[in-house]
Amino acid sequence: MIAAFEYFAPKTVREALSLLAKYKEEAKIIAGGQSMLVVMKQRLLTPEYLIDLKGITDLDYIKYDEGKGLRIGALTIHRAIEKSPVIQKHFGVLSEMEGNLATIQTRNWGTIGGNICHGDPAGDPAPVLIALKAKLKLASSAGERIVEAEEFSKDYLEVALEPNEMLTEIQVPTPPAHTGTAYEKLMVMKGDMSIIGAAVSITLDSKGGCGDARIALSNAASVPLRAKKAEKLLIGKTINNGLLTKAGEVASTEATPPADVHGSIEYRREMVKVFVKRVAQLALERAKAA
Amino acid sequence: MKGEMKELKLTVNGKPYELEVKAETLLVDLLRQELKLTGAKVGCLDSACGACTVNIDGKAVRSCSVLALQTNGREVTTIEGVADGDKLHPIQQAMIDHGAIECGFCTPGMVMSAKALLDENTNPTREEVKEAIQGNLCADEGYVKYIEAIEIAAREMRGGQ
Repeated sequence: MIAAFEYFAPKTVREALSLLAKYKEEAKIIAGGQSMLVVMKQRLLTPEYLIDLKGITDLDYIKYDEGKGLRIGALTIHRAIEKSPVIQKHFGVLSEMEGNLATIQTRNWGTIGGNICHGDPAGDPAPVLIALKAKLKLASSAGERIVEAEEFSKDYLEVALEPNEMLTEIQVPTPPAHTGTAYEKLMVMKGDMSIIGAAVSITLDSKGGCGDARIALSNAASVPLRAKKAEKLLIGKTINNGLLTKAGEVASTEATPPADVHGSIEYRREMVKVFVKRVAQLALERAKAA
Repeated sequence: MKGEMKELKLTVNGKPYELEVKAETLLVDLLRQELKLTGAKVGCLDSACGACTVNIDGKAVRSCSVLALQTNGREVTTIEGVADGDKLHPIQQAMIDHGAIECGFCTPGMVMSAKALLDENTNPTREEVKEAIQGNLCADEGYVKYIEAIEIAAREMRGGQ
């Protein structure tokens, strides 16, 4: 069923990077494989060389420091993020997002790094990380570089990794005071991929107005989409119901969603309006309480 | 080299194995075809139905969505390893006694999801029970009985409390 490949199970990042440097485009990385094995079974992906990172325990960690923020190793499983007390306390939105990402079985094996690198615009972690202004650390045998989470996705299932690079760490800064963040998605059943989803982060200024806002949508374009015009509409204003309705409408015009069995383009655009407003309201409440 | 056999050392149901497998072998195929442990079912082979659920290092995982080689050095438990000899596990016993099993196809996966839950927490809320078997589809719509049976088993595992 799955096409034959040559298999490597490096034990260290350095070993993995030297394999990538050697095989480049012909190699594909597997982490938990919860998305990738599906496409390998369909033979949409037939790598010559498969580099299995699952055994690199050095990249399985969650570290938090108020100054430096949150650091998540790329091979941390979804379930560990969901259940992490430090994430629940300081980055509750990440834990909530993970709680609706597929099923426990998938979350027990799949990794956050694998999810992001799969580059599916319907994925949940990317929009939340974009709303949280996260950065990604990429490594190759030539060195490391940091990219903004929002710059990472390039197209359907395409990300900004060079053939010799891998994602090693997700870095989430500690949000400013009076910041609230939320994520919700439209699902047929709990745990399904998003039909449409919205992550919103709102920071209130000293007068209670909107000092900063980020809106990132899932399954609304070929990449996790930042609705920058809708953000602009909120920043500098006092947020009220009418303004949030408008923000939803503006975000809807920024979206170029796909059509499939779960919803037409028109339906998804309508749902962008609903979810941006609904999630922004929740983010606002959280910002006020923070 | 492509297609060559790779060494795999793992423990299945407490028994250590040293095997040679093709890299593209899925865990479910290793279990069913090589080790003849056919309790884990192949429903969808697409990570949707949960009938192939096993426990890897005590956690519920879908064996159709894991390469066999990824379990190197790990401990796999299948439905065949759940009973203690002839004595059924409380989860199995409760499912039988409570009439949770209809056609039985999804049952091994249900048991393995429930076992991973109860091994971690013998006092789960109903929501936690539902979440644990959320990824196990039952075509007979027998969810309520399964949920109740798992709660009965949990009580049994707490010593009747």
